[in-house]
Amino acid sequence: MEYNGAAIVAMKGKNCIAIGADKRLGQRQLTVDTNFKKVFPITERTYIGLSGLATDVKTLHDQFRMRVNLYKHREERVIEPKTFANLVSHVLYERRFGSYLVNPVVAGLDKNDIPFICGMDSIGCIDLADNFIVCGTAAENLYGACEGLWEPDLEPEVLFETISQALLNSVDRDAMSGWGAVVHIITPAGVITRDLKSRMD
Amino acid sequence: MDRYSFSLTTFAPNGKLLQIEHALAAVGNGATSVGIKAANGVVIATEKKAGSSLIDVSSLEHMVMVCESIGMVYSGMGPDFRVLVNSARKAAQKYRRIYMEDPPVRILVKELASIMQEFTQSGGVRPFGVSLLIAGVDDRGPNLYQVDPSGSYFPWKATAIGKNMVNSKTFLEKRFDNDIDLEDAVYTAILTLKEGFEGQMTEQSIDVGVITTIPTTQADGKQKPPRFQRLSPAEIKDYLSNVA
Repeated sequence: MEYNGAAIVAMKGKNCIAIGADKRLGQRQLTVDTNFKKVFPITERTYIGLSGLATDVKTLHDQFRMRVNLYKHREERVIEPKTFANLVSHVLYERRFGSYLVNPVVAGLDKNDIPFICGMDSIGCIDLADNFIVCGTAAENLYGACEGLWEPDLEPEVLFETISQALLNSVDRDAMSGWGAVVHIITPAGVITRDLKSRMD
Repeated sequence: MDRYSFSLTTFAPNGKLLQIEHALAAVGNGATSVGIKAANGVVIATEKKAGSSLIDVSSLEHMVMVCESIGMVYSGMGPDFRVLVNSARKAAQKYRRIYMEDPPVRILVKELASIMQEFTQSGGVRPFGVSLLIAGVDDRGPNLYQVDPSGSYFPWKATAIGKNMVNSKTFLEKRFDNDIDLEDAVYTAILTLKEGFEGQMTEQSIDVGVITTIPTTQADGKQKPPRFQRLSPAEIKDYLSNVA
């Protein structure tokens, strides 16, 4: 799980969600890509971040995209974050013995604009949180930073500052993550995506 | 072993599948069932005629719950219905395993219809001799669907299947309106069954199932999603006494 490196964090705010990740793709100590996407939109209001083995990150993103598209066509409606999280959990547990080496983070707004975040282990055990979810090689750093900086009911702009500081300072203390960062802020009005200026090492 | 690897349901020169026509005839001989979609819920009802007075009518299961938010009733062959009930319940739980919520009615209907269609095209089997009325509540509100032995399904505002379907549907056309309340719909459903009922209709001779779109608020303030319920004989008796 430490082969490629990653740092992903999601936070709940006042009627909004923030999800951010670093952009490094490595092969042990060698940095191979500085623009590797680890956070993907599933619907306009639901995002998933995947840390861990990069090949599984890519494969699972494709799997989820397929299953969500099928859901959309069969059910003629957009999937809710909570439902999608259960789908992710199911897909991961299907490979209970021979699992994907990923730790997903699901974040989104449901149809009533209520924020939802959750994390999971590699076999799909859902961790529902009221505050924040972290994963990746910088997880321990992120736990400390988030615990210190997060408070409930932050407005979108303040939440952006909070999550960015937590992310930037955590990846700076982790050799395997960094080389740039992306943060998405999801509000009922829409999604704002910002690239963070960070230490490029 | 391969003697029946071919389908027994084959096309006639006029383009019809005769086995399905015969299945529909079996449905047409079955006890009448009606369904009405109200503004705030759905009601389905059926005749529960016992062959003899010695039959324990209370143990007859014509009205079944498929999952918490969906119920089902039939016209036609009882044993075929039981098989489909099992398939429906299993399909609903499989959906729950993945999404942790009940399937929308239209999804369950598609699944059941797909199963029924398989039996018109697979080797060595015959179509099901039932038409189903499936009632439920989901993200789109109240739903009422009919599924035929062919696997065709139809969404209805109000309908009847079985022996007395033609007269019943005419009766329903006159009395249905889009804003009908669930209570009124229950009365109308019972009245519709009464029109074609041979003999005296009592609370033991019909089965009624309802589901409302309104969630119930528990004692601790939490909201429980709507649940499909079979009316008890006492409740049916109440409705009957007001219908007389």
